[in-house]
Amino acid sequence: MHNLKLIIKREYLARVRNKTFVVMTFLSPLILVGMIMLITYLTTLNNSGEKTVGIYDESGIFATSFKNTEEINYTDLSALPFEIAQEKAQKENFYGLLYVPKDVVTSMDAGEIKFFSKETPGFTFLENIERKISEKLTNIKLANSGVDLNQLESAETNVNLDLQNYSGVHTSRISSYVKMFFGGAAGYLLMMFIIIYGNMVMRSVIEEKTNRIVEIIISSVKPIHLMWGKILGTSFAGITQFIIWLILGGVLLLVVSSVVGIDVSAMETPQKQAMEQMSQNEMQQLIFDIASLPILKLILFFLIYFIGGYFLYSAIYAAIGAAVDNETDTQQFMLPIILPLMLGIYVGFFSVIENPHGSISTIFSMIPLTSPIVMLMRIPFGVPWWELLISVIILVTTIWGVAWIASKIYRIGILMYGKKPSYKELYKWLKY
Amino acid sequence: MPNLLVAEKITKSFGGFKALNDVSISIPEGSVFGLLGPNGAGKTTLIRIINQIAFPDHGKIFLDDEPLQQKHIKQIGYLPEERGLYKNMKVGEQVLYLAQLKGLSKEEAKERIKYWFDRLEIASWYDKKIAELSKGMAQKVQFVVTVLHKPKLLIFDEPFSGFDPVNAEIIKDEILQLKKDGATILFSTHRMESVEELCDYMALIHKSNKLLDGKVSEIKRAYKSNTYEVGLETTDSKALKLTLQQKFNVRETNFNSINKDLKLRIQIDPDGSPNDLLQFLLGHAQVNHFVEVIPSVNDIFIQTVKANA
Repeated sequence: MHNLKLIIKREYLARVRNKTFVVMTFLSPLILVGMIMLITYLTTLNNSGEKTVGIYDESGIFATSFKNTEEINYTDLSALPFEIAQEKAQKENFYGLLYVPKDVVTSMDAGEIKFFSKETPGFTFLENIERKISEKLTNIKLANSGVDLNQLESAETNVNLDLQNYSGVHTSRISSYVKMFFGGAAGYLLMMFIIIYGNMVMRSVIEEKTNRIVEIIISSVKPIHLMWGKILGTSFAGITQFIIWLILGGVLLLVVSSVVGIDVSAMETPQKQAMEQMSQNEMQQLIFDIASLPILKLILFFLIYFIGGYFLYSAIYAAIGAAVDNETDTQQFMLPIILPLMLGIYVGFFSVIENPHGSISTIFSMIPLTSPIVMLMRIPFGVPWWELLISVIILVTTIWGVAWIASKIYRIGILMYGKKPSYKELYKWLKY
Repeated sequence: MPNLLVAEKITKSFGGFKALNDVSISIPEGSVFGLLGPNGAGKTTLIRIINQIAFPDHGKIFLDDEPLQQKHIKQIGYLPEERGLYKNMKVGEQVLYLAQLKGLSKEEAKERIKYWFDRLEIASWYDKKIAELSKGMAQKVQFVVTVLHKPKLLIFDEPFSGFDPVNAEIIKDEILQLKKDGATILFSTHRMESVEELCDYMALIHKSNKLLDGKVSEIKRAYKSNTYEVGLETTDSKALKLTLQQKFNVRETNFNSINKDLKLRIQIDPDGSPNDLLQFLLGHAQVNHFVEVIPSVNDIFIQTVKANA
């Protein structure tokens, strides 16, 4: 235990004092904030150009349909002869020219409506114009066939199912999104953590091998202590880095947005719009949903699966580091790490969200290599205790087994130089 | 003298390859024990088993009459053949860390580091990183790491490889001093001549088998062939050689000499005496040179390996 503490301390300090680590810790938030700023800037740049669109409406029915907006300025050119209108649009660098024929209502052929432009217009822009035209034409045709538009409007019924579970507790669509968000964020965070810091564990093992110090250390401590010391020391360094990132990122974002004057909240326009569209009622529901999430259970199992998943993968990373001589040789062993991680994320984002308690979700939340991610995503949707228990037991047993195998590979692998091992050879090592 | 370390019938295989086959050695307390053998003989495997880095398939190891266990690692100091240190750690911190892993308290370790760094005149390196030191300098640091926790048993695997002659001499003197202070030393090498200077006992390992072991002086006595190297000054060398050949087993040889001698190696009967030979020679020529041929460890090694081939 004394030695384990010493190793954890050394590993932690070695990571934290590493120049690259320090630089990345302080540079990453800067880069991230810088990138957000750049994107914001570019978006505003892109939108700032006011477009002028010419309308050449022979039918005269769209006179009121196109109202100027902040981005688009409509100019009616119907009074001019068409050729001249076209020339004008081209000369004055209009975004485009919309042409509506005289008999558009009677011909029923919307294909006669044309849009001229120098370049292919944007997708949203087109959709917007098409929707306006289609709406207008439909209304005219309905009116022509004797339908009272006011009546039609009043007959329209908005259906919003009141979702309840069998015990009568209200649930809602929003709550599904909330759960998805929490689960997805947790799963994604875990994956990032595993890849970044698992790799660090592996590199630290390889470093000891290439430095040839490992034999001295192994003659003083048990390989399994060395391995766990590395994993723990590195994860503490990782947590330190994460916290610094969070604080620094938050502060930077605040400072930058107030200094430069960019409204940070304006960046997330789609979300903001969605929020605005949400009724007061729905807003309350959202807050209620967040509050009614099983917070304690969520935190508890987040910790269990986060630590468990990280330990499991780190042990595999450490074993890989012990098996090879240099980082280039690690490629062939990366697949068994990346594949289950990706699988976990995919199953999480496709299967769990579709059907959180379906058989695929359930199975993958039991398999130890994917369970940390998949189960983390399932928990907000409510997972029975017995399932959690089985999954955790399987995970812990597997960690124990992998640690045993890894320390075995470690013991032999760290003393093998100059050989690029195959899977077959690794299997042989287990029997030494 | 009681044995500090006893290895009994150690066998170790790696897959299909037998690295050690039934090897037993006993290292008396306070001795310098040389483990000899060509590269790949199994020396390092045996040393790793003693250090509990690897474990034997069969056989047992006793330290101080106790079966070897985890707690014993504190009583062993090991300088591996493949030496290294953390490149980006400061020398002092690194030695402190490794000493603490061997169970020393921080204060004690610091005190001893100061003593050894002063002794080897490397105190000014304390705050340097290993990456800034030369290979020879790093090896001095490693030597300190090996001896710092005052182990009973010191194990040096090819200790002199990589040292320049000056530093090799310093380390050799330190090893002898440690022996004087009561440590037992096991050292492994394929350079036979270093055994002659340092070792009291030796064991010869070849192709995973132990061929020979015992006190160096006894082994040499057992391998001596009652041969004497002589330099004789006479007017008629040919006649003298013929006379000698009738009586003894005689071979021409060569050695450095300032005289125009007849240089011979003369073997006498095992129960014969060198005095008789000398007397006989004195009657025939002027004897400028008379030395008993003692087999070198190298000779013994080659002879044994050939005999077992």
